[in-house]
Amino acid sequence: MISNRTRYLTQNVAKVLIWTAALLTIGVMMLILFQVLAEGLPVLHPRFFLDSPKNMGREGGILSTIVGTFALTLVAIVFAAPLGVGTAIFLREYTRETRISRIIRFGTDCLAGVPSIIFGLFGFVFFVIFLNMGWSILSGGLTLAAMILPTIISTAEEAIKTIPYTYREVSFSLGGTRWQTVTRTILPSAIPGIFTGIILSVGRSIGETAAVILTAGSSLVMPTSLFSPIRTMSVHFYILAREGISMEMAYGTGAALILLVLIVNTAANWLLNRYIRHRV
Amino acid sequence: MEAKDKIIERILLLIAFSSISILGLIALFIFGEGLPLIWKVGPRAFILGERWVPSQGSFGILPMIVGSFWVTFGAILLGVPLGLACAIFLSEWTPPLIAMVLRPTIQLLAAIPSVIYGFWGLIILVPLVRNYLGGPGLSILSGSVILGFMILPTIISISEDSLRALPPYYKSGALALGATHWQAIWRVMVPAARSGIVASIILGMGRAIGETMAMIMILGNAVKMPTSFLDSARTLTTNIGIEMGYASGDHRQALFATGVILFLIIMILNSSAIALSRRRRS
Repeated sequence: MISNRTRYLTQNVAKVLIWTAALLTIGVMMLILFQVLAEGLPVLHPRFFLDSPKNMGREGGILSTIVGTFALTLVAIVFAAPLGVGTAIFLREYTRETRISRIIRFGTDCLAGVPSIIFGLFGFVFFVIFLNMGWSILSGGLTLAAMILPTIISTAEEAIKTIPYTYREVSFSLGGTRWQTVTRTILPSAIPGIFTGIILSVGRSIGETAAVILTAGSSLVMPTSLFSPIRTMSVHFYILAREGISMEMAYGTGAALILLVLIVNTAANWLLNRYIRHRV
Repeated sequence: MEAKDKIIERILLLIAFSSISILGLIALFIFGEGLPLIWKVGPRAFILGERWVPSQGSFGILPMIVGSFWVTFGAILLGVPLGLACAIFLSEWTPPLIAMVLRPTIQLLAAIPSVIYGFWGLIILVPLVRNYLGGPGLSILSGSVILGFMILPTIISISEDSLRALPPYYKSGALALGATHWQAIWRVMVPAARSGIVASIILGMGRAIGETMAMIMILGNAVKMPTSFLDSARTLTTNIGIEMGYASGDHRQALFATGVILFLIIMILNSSAIALSRRRRS
């Protein structure tokens, strides 16, 4: 029999430990942000965003890497969004829990856990070499598309799941076909949720390095077509920091990267909150 | 109309198989590149060999396998207690103000690119370890600490979900029997949410084993069997990440073979996590 005093003592000790863990997590996060932003923000003059890197990145800005990052992300989304949303529609509107849907879910869950370096190896041997696309925006974008597909599928599924069943009943009772129900009723109401998933995937694409460096290359030249090799901001940051080319430029790029990720994340949150409030 | 709907259903079915086909393609091409070399070297010599000298044609990846497990173990040691504590905090103890800070913090932890973690580890953590604990600083310890924080979002979100998914009478029942809030959490709720928590730990391990860029920057990348947490090490992922840029021929195939082993480890971890969360659902 444990006395009452010990029980409440244990509870208080546990409370202190758990508070410590929560505060430690917040503290470390702040420390990381503070360190990079404190050193990096002073580097962020407008010229830093409008000039391309010169002398291997020792001077100039990061314009070509910003263009590279956006081009790559755009290609990834263009390929992954229709596939992901299509899969979610199929899983939610066209099939019940069957063997097929279980296999598809298993595949999606597994794909979500594959490490980015494996995607990089795959993209290198499949897109760059086998399909002969070379190190390019297209190879990198397609590799990223494969990587973000599970995120888009699961967020789109969640979004479709929250739509009340009555929406479908009304549509069917008015003589709508399944496809009409999907395009006129389900998708319009699920769009904000789907969009949140896409924004989250944008964030992931911006931060990815391992898969991108193996498939899109690390060229600093301004890209001119989908087949141009590029260097993204993350890859640029990695190369500047690891090869010790310029700490000042590395901090600047890192701060720009963090700001971009912050903006993307805030946008996703704002959208999600609005969407939830709208629905309930 | 009917016919059009049938065609659309077919197309959607085809699309729905995209993720599983990608998974298949990944396996096909990585195994296709890697298996011939494993065959040539011999599976035993490849997995249990301790010498990795590509220029002399010796390809043994045991030090990398051991390295991967050390860092992952270290990350779990830090990440699991911290993550579980945060999950309990968020699902049971949340004073609203702190929750408003903690939740976005965890989202940010998930969103920050791994190169930023690597950089921070290199600038802040590595010198700390070198000055206070000795060794090169670029070490398993530094890597584990960074990885521990990187896997927090995975552990917290899935553990929190499984704690929240418990029927409310678990907690109210325990409280009614005279348990303190903490006893209800620790003796009733955490054990009941066990399968979800274990699944979150396994997924966290998968993330830790798969992390590349941050580890390249922090671990020091020496190819040798680690003997202490202060040793520099190389993992399966960093082996690929570092050498892929210039490898060719057998050397490149050996890197794909490293990928084969990594892929297999991840698939085993993933399937067990999926099986665990299935059991939870049913």
